[in-house]
Amino acid sequence: MCVGVPAKVIKKMEYSAVVDVMGSQTTVGTIFVPEVALGDYVIVHAGQAMSIVDETYARESVVEWRKLIDARNSETVQ
Amino acid sequence: MLEILKQSNNPEICKPLVEAVIEKAKEFQQKFGRKPAFMEVCGSHTMALARTGVKQCLKEDVNLISGPGCPVCVTDQRSIDAMIALAEGEDRIICTFGDMMRVPGSNKTLLDSKIAGKDIRVLYSPVDAVKIAEENPDKEVVFLGVGFETTIPILTLMIGEAEKREIPNFSIWMTTKLVEPVLRFLLDAGEVNLDGFLLPGHVSIVLGEDSYQYLVDEYRISGVITGFETAEILSGIYKGIELALHEKIAIVNNHPAVVSKTGNQVIHQWFDKYLTECDEAWRGIGIIANSGLDLKPEYDQFNAKKRFTVHVGEPRKTKCRCGEVIRGLISPTECLLFGRACQPMNPIGPCMVSAEGSCAAHYQYMRESF
Repeated sequence: MCVGVPAKVIKKMEYSAVVDVMGSQTTVGTIFVPEVALGDYVIVHAGQAMSIVDETYARESVVEWRKLIDARNSETVQ
Repeated sequence: MLEILKQSNNPEICKPLVEAVIEKAKEFQQKFGRKPAFMEVCGSHTMALARTGVKQCLKEDVNLISGPGCPVCVTDQRSIDAMIALAEGEDRIICTFGDMMRVPGSNKTLLDSKIAGKDIRVLYSPVDAVKIAEENPDKEVVFLGVGFETTIPILTLMIGEAEKREIPNFSIWMTTKLVEPVLRFLLDAGEVNLDGFLLPGHVSIVLGEDSYQYLVDEYRISGVITGFETAEILSGIYKGIELALHEKIAIVNNHPAVVSKTGNQVIHQWFDKYLTECDEAWRGIGIIANSGLDLKPEYDQFNAKKRFTVHVGEPRKTKCRCGEVIRGLISPTECLLFGRACQPMNPIGPCMVSAEGSCAAHYQYMRESF
C-alpha cells in the first residue's frame, strides 16, 4: 500500500532517522536517500524513506491548483 | 511546509477541482461524443479514488478503470498456493506483508495455517525479517517477496543486510512484478480503450518520469504521474483530460515534489547489484517475459525458490473474475460473486482481500451505487 502522507525527519542517524507522521514517531531507514537532512519531509514505504519532498515543487503544485480554480471562477463570472 | 502539504486534502481546493474536472470532461464529451477513459495503474490509486469519493463524484463524466497495480491481486494462483505450501514446512518462520494472510489459496490461506500453529508473522518493515532470522538460528526464515518496483528495493536491502551479517537461515521467496511489461501487455492486447494512464506515484519515485517515454514513442498514449492525495489525483485526471481533449500525447509529471526525471539512482544501484530480470506469471494473463526481478545466481543462498522444494497441484477453479478485473475488462460488480459469495469476510479472490484490491475498494466505499 502506497501511503502519500509525508513524514518529517526529527532525528537523523547514519542509515536511519526518527520521523514524525501526524504526531506519531517511528524510525525509518534512510539508505535510499543519503542526502536527507533534519527537518526534511520524506515519503516512506515499508519502513524505508524513498524520496525527499521538494518544498518548491510542493508549493508550486498548490499554486497550480489555485490558478486552475481561479481561472474557472473567472470564466464562470464572465 | 506542513501547511503546504495539507492543502492536497483541503476541501476548499478539492471541491472546485472536482467541478473543474467535470467541466473539462464535458468538453471532451462534446468534442468526441464519449466519456474520457483513464486507467489508474496503481492499486493505492484505486483505493484512494474510492475512499476519497472522487470516483463516485466523477462516475457520470469520467471512466476510471482500475488496472493491474495491486501486487497481491496480480500474483497468479499457483504462486499463491506455492507460498501457502511453503509455510507448511517444519522449523520455518514465514514473514509477510499483512495483505497476503487472507488471500485464498486453492485449499487454505496463510491465516488458516497460522491458526493451525504455523509460525507466520506479519511485518510492516520487512527488514525486521533479517533480525528475526538472526534471533532464531535454528529456524529457516523466509520473507514472501510480493511487490512492484516500490517494494523491490526493500527486498534488496534485506539481502544486503543478511549478506553483511552473514545470516545463513534467511531467504526471500521472490515473486515480484514490474509495471512496464504489464502495461505493454495491456496495450498490445488492445482490449481496453484508453485516453491515458494515471501512472503510479511511488513506483515513479523509483523509475523516474523519463522511464515512461515508451508509452509516447511506441504506443502513442499519454500518462500522468499522480500522487495519492485528493487534489493530486484530481489535478492528474484534469491534466489527462486536457491532453486528450487537445489530442496531445505526453508524459506529465504531476507529482514533481517527489518524482524526478530519472528516478532514485541509489535504488537503481541496489537493483543492479542484486537483481536480474525474470519471467513472471500474472493472474488472468499468464507468463509475461521479463516482467519480474529475481536474485542474481550469486545470491542463490538467499533465494528461497532455490533452497526449498514446494509441490503444488493444478489450482482450484472458481468463478472468481479477478483476472478480468485487473486487466480492466470488467468492473467488480460485473462478477456474479461480488457482494454475494465473495465478501471481505469470505473472499473468493485476492481483489476482495487486499487493501489495494478493486473489489475491496468497491465493496467498502461504492456499494450504494449498485
